[in-house]
Amino acid sequence: MTPLELCGISLRGPVLNGSGTFDARAAHRAFGDALLERFPFDAFVSKTITLEPRQGNPPPRLWETPAGMINSIGLPNKGLEGFLASDLPELARLPVPLIVSVMGFSREELAQLVCAVGEHDEVSMLELNVSCPNVETGLIMGADPAETALAVERLRSETAKPLVVKLTPNATDPGAVAAAAEAAGADAVSLVNTLKGMALNPQTGEPWLGGRTGGVSGPAIRAIALEQVATVAARVGIPVIGMGGIASGRDAADFIAAGASAVAIGTENFRDPAAGRRIAAELAELSLTRGTRDTSSMPV
Amino acid sequence: MSEPAPAATEPRTLAPPERRVAVVSGVERIGAYHVITAHDVSGPTNPRPGQFYMLSTDECWGGAGDERPYLPRAFSYARARVEPDGVAVSFLLEAVGPGTERLAALRPDEGLALVGPLGIGFRAPPDGLRPILVGGGIGAAPLLCLQEELEQTTLLLGFRSAAHAQAAALFSGEPQVVTDDGSVGRQALVTELLAAELNAGPGGTVLACGPPAMLEAIRALCAERDVPAQLALESGMACGFGACFGCVVPTTDGYVRLCLDGPVVDAHRLETALFAGAGH
Repeated sequence: MTPLELCGISLRGPVLNGSGTFDARAAHRAFGDALLERFPFDAFVSKTITLEPRQGNPPPRLWETPAGMINSIGLPNKGLEGFLASDLPELARLPVPLIVSVMGFSREELAQLVCAVGEHDEVSMLELNVSCPNVETGLIMGADPAETALAVERLRSETAKPLVVKLTPNATDPGAVAAAAEAAGADAVSLVNTLKGMALNPQTGEPWLGGRTGGVSGPAIRAIALEQVATVAARVGIPVIGMGGIASGRDAADFIAAGASAVAIGTENFRDPAAGRRIAAELAELSLTRGTRDTSSMPV
Repeated sequence: MSEPAPAATEPRTLAPPERRVAVVSGVERIGAYHVITAHDVSGPTNPRPGQFYMLSTDECWGGAGDERPYLPRAFSYARARVEPDGVAVSFLLEAVGPGTERLAALRPDEGLALVGPLGIGFRAPPDGLRPILVGGGIGAAPLLCLQEELEQTTLLLGFRSAAHAQAAALFSGEPQVVTDDGSVGRQALVTELLAAELNAGPGGTVLACGPPAMLEAIRALCAERDVPAQLALESGMACGFGACFGCVVPTTDGYVRLCLDGPVVDAHRLETALFAGAGH
């Protein structure tokens, strides 16, 4: 595996997890220390934390789609205090750098989170989940370039640690949002988050998910994600962490070819807890044979 | 590192942290059900009754009806037999959708992809209490290995029809069987057998698995009579190891992930076993 530097942080390889798609503490309970000995990612991204604890959306929370799924989890988490007291000391024991994902319902809430989390040495970077409404304006922060810029500007002074902005694909122009984030001081962008979707209960015709709508993920969205990664990478000079339905080394190589500096594995983790390791190995194998790729046609 | 466990001695055997392929050694048709047995060379040989595996097929998982299945499917194991070089793990399933249909179409020498064993199994009943095993339909599966482990059990089974009730033959001894249509045994709900059993005398403890309505009736019966009960619940899950947060069930401690703090849950922790999303 080729080591790389991402925003000044040394990683042993380019494969991360998407926020909220792997719970290292829960996995340790299921798999024991073998998980740490064969840890699947080169950096670990935490589940998103908010200032106050959240219990998340009522079930049902999942729906299987063609080549993917919809989730409506609702960001359950222990809140900042609970995270710092019980999760952070445990996540600090992981064998890879830690990236903490935070979300706030206002810029001030985000600022409090970034300041409090950023001062911990165990935290290498922060990721801003901006796929939520700003309660002050009602706008989804990450759907609007100006909102995103205001948030990143406000947060920039709160920490010297690298700030990664997690972009939502549910925006008219993700490239413009990425450019605004970069101009406001973001160190990297990651994309895509899930695409908004819904499913109906086949018996009643009512929304199936307890949260009514949810986020679509998995190979079903890979082509959309790849286009957005390519578009964003062409607009910004900061590193891009690409994700969206990556299930193989070939998929990861595509996102890197489209301009991503690193990739993240999301839904594929659900199917195989070792997906990160497998994809990293496949990617390393592919990079050895780089140049032999047949670009003339689509295999049929 | 771990999430704090409810008890240091939770009945959990750890799983290897990767999906692996077990070679199918047998596919047996038992009435409405299929029993798939696969030879697992790298998994633990001592899963705990009530624990489950996430199953998919090594090849052609996807592309069936509605371009599914995509996610693996959670199944409690029915039996595990230690073999010289591994363990033969068996699963009971009914083909009811694209995932179970594909699993049921597996043939010997094909690959069953699995992650597991996962979750918390049944706890050994406290000394002196008489274990009463109650199964409904496919929920009979984890009771097979549980019955092998316990001595002197009372076994009550309910099925939809005669074809489903054929699964009763997998058990040893003489289970009491009822069916929804009266085609085998009495036409009754298995909870009627349980009520009679509990009325016959004190000193019982219930270990049950089945559909949500059955588990809720058992929970209520046991709560009324102050009988300890362990219920193996079911909820849609994507991963099985706490990553997706999809399988939460409401308990007296708030939502808990069934894959991590279940699937076997003490009945007194539940206000109801009939929650949104319960069952498959």
